[in-house]
Amino acid sequence: MSLKENFKPYGENAFKVRLSIRTALGDNAYAWDTNEEYLFKAMVAFSMRKVPNRETTEISHVLVCNVTQRVSFWFVVTDPLKNHTLPAVEVQTAIRMNRNRINGAFFLNDQTLEFLKIPSTLAPPTDPSVPIWIIIFGVIFCIVIVAVMLLILSGIRQRRRMSKGPTEVDDSEDKCENTITIENGIPCDPLDTKGGHINDAFMTEDERLTPL
Amino acid sequence: MEKARPLWANPLQFVFACISYAVGLGNVWRFPYLCQMYGGGSFLVPYIIMLVVEGMPLLYLELAVGQRMRQGSIGAWRTISPYLGGVGLASVVVSFFLSTYYNIINAWAFWYLFHSFQDPLPWSVCPLNSNRTGYDEECEKASSTQYFWYRKTLNISPSIQDSGGVQWEQGLCLLLAWLVVYLCILRGTESTGKLEQLANPKAWINAATQIFFSLGLGFGSLIAFASYNQPSTDCQKHAIIVSLINSSTSIFASVVTFSIYGFKATFNYESCLNKVILLLTNSFDLEDGFLTASNLEQVKGYLASAFPGKYSEVLPQIRNCSLESELATAVQGTGLSFIVYTEAIKNMAASQLWSVLYFFMLLMLGIGSMLGNTAAILTPLTDSKVISSHLPKEAISGLVCLVNCVIGLVFTMEAGNYWFDIFNDYAATLPLLLIVLVEIVAVCYVFGLRRFESDLKAMTGRTLNWYWKAMWAGVSPLLIISLFVFYLSDYILTGTLQYQAWDASQGQLVTKDYPLYALAIIGLLVASSTMCIPLVALGTFIVRCLKRGDTPPVA
Repeated sequence: MSLKENFKPYGENAFKVRLSIRTALGDNAYAWDTNEEYLFKAMVAFSMRKVPNRETTEISHVLVCNVTQRVSFWFVVTDPLKNHTLPAVEVQTAIRMNRNRINGAFFLNDQTLEFLKIPSTLAPPTDPSVPIWIIIFGVIFCIVIVAVMLLILSGIRQRRRMSKGPTEVDDSEDKCENTITIENGIPCDPLDTKGGHINDAFMTEDERLTPL
Repeated sequence: MEKARPLWANPLQFVFACISYAVGLGNVWRFPYLCQMYGGGSFLVPYIIMLVVEGMPLLYLELAVGQRMRQGSIGAWRTISPYLGGVGLASVVVSFFLSTYYNIINAWAFWYLFHSFQDPLPWSVCPLNSNRTGYDEECEKASSTQYFWYRKTLNISPSIQDSGGVQWEQGLCLLLAWLVVYLCILRGTESTGKLEQLANPKAWINAATQIFFSLGLGFGSLIAFASYNQPSTDCQKHAIIVSLINSSTSIFASVVTFSIYGFKATFNYESCLNKVILLLTNSFDLEDGFLTASNLEQVKGYLASAFPGKYSEVLPQIRNCSLESELATAVQGTGLSFIVYTEAIKNMAASQLWSVLYFFMLLMLGIGSMLGNTAAILTPLTDSKVISSHLPKEAISGLVCLVNCVIGLVFTMEAGNYWFDIFNDYAATLPLLLIVLVEIVAVCYVFGLRRFESDLKAMTGRTLNWYWKAMWAGVSPLLIISLFVFYLSDYILTGTLQYQAWDASQGQLVTKDYPLYALAIIGLLVASSTMCIPLVALGTFIVRCLKRGDTPPVA
């Protein structure tokens, strides 16, 4: 809040306006002269005309003063019939309703054309009905669940195939080795008896026990 | 006949597993912080010395033990000496604590990742207040990234006593994180993790600590991985490779982190300047665009002399913008990842893309570490005949994941981040030092260094270099003892432990004391793992005495 808020030449019904034309338009900035002031007064009168009971507001009723280099100035809307200034609340509502038109006339926005003491309604954030993150979460969640199910089922199926496999050459110890073979998902080649790489020269059923 | 043990398909798979385990979040958010605090490039000197003197020997030792004993941590240490089964058990307990709280980081990373698909990024703008005339108060006082972290993600309570309820959004993300971990374990994938710890004032202590925890020693994960090796694998070479890659990753991450710091500092400095310019322009009604960064000081001087009264009124609101003070903010841990980095990302062009990439990277690191931790828990369980005969491996893994997930819901509560800090700071520091100390002493003096040396030679076919022997027998134990003493004395001297709590009304962190029950839980955390070692030793001793008493001596 600037210090100049305390300085009110025309009482409580006056408003200070501040423009930042160079910030908004850069090289395309126009100079602020009396013609631009005239346009401003016209926009304010236009806004007041939209208020019920104020349809007869003229441009000459809007007074602008104390224009600085900034560019900033004070304005107030008078009612010559009753010789007083219009209440601030009315002016405030009028300006708020037509803010976009006023901004558009000067190629500015709420931040570069400031009406001090008239807070602009900030644009509400676009909230989709379902937050985006839940959608993405749902997709990834489903993929992971499906992958887990597939892995578990394939593990069970592989184990069942192992146990149903060739039972003639296997004894119980080899069966245990087979289940371990599959379990970690890491193949254990040297003991893969399913592949049928049994070297009969080394070991057969009978020779497990040393013959007498 | 020995039961066949699954093996790695090739040595490269094993190396990648160890690297994936060792390279974790600590490389990204701890090492750059240490570099910044302890003199930048010169921190590399103690770091590399500690790497060579402490990190590599201990890593080699753990890999060699695992490869020689061919069992998980509990079985391996029980084979070395029946009284030392407690060491393995302590490792498993610490790994259990770690896996309980570590996965919440992955949950947060998932949360941020899912929120990266919006324009604008949700942490780049403040939400509006109730009557839509301005921004939310807490967000104004802090910053939009801090607000998103403390309010939208954590919904943090003002102190550890106000528990609040479980946040269902975080709970869902945690559930997803555990499902992903379970998915990876089913296939028996490799991974490693790392834990970083609190600082002591000295750079050397920090270098030693960083190396120690960075390599993930003492959790039993490395033993577990190495137990699946072919006995003839050259684990000496692998130990060197893994530790070198781990350190280079840390250094590389620091380079990246520092450039991000630079970007963020420059951006903040410039926006601070712009704020001052706007303030002066509005207060003195100067021409729009007249004040720039280059003539700011000049104009300030002019205004101070021309309008002294007005200038002195505005003076308290003018901030002194300094690039140095922006650069000096050093943050580590979750604050670095989720606040500083997101703040830098939101100002980049194509911020959604960078955000997605960054959090995907965090997830890869985090999940990689989680797999190593769960391997440390699962390998002893599957080695044990009692358990593996009743349940298939999928069920054991699922049960472990489920238990950890349910306990992890504590960290999704409103006070969850405070409990997370407790676990992060205390669950693994002292216990790990003790575990690794006992490990080294056990191998060198209980099992016998000569015996271990000849076993290794028989296994791998290579003689043990004198360097490793010197390190194992002398230097490394001394280093660990001194680290242990430092930590202990630091904790004792600090007195009551304190923590940082988020104050919503001020929009910043405040220091508070831990309540009594929190201190009790800290003590319990440390005790439950360290006490395993003496208790199991005592238990084995008693059982043996009883057995000796039962069987009468044979004539």
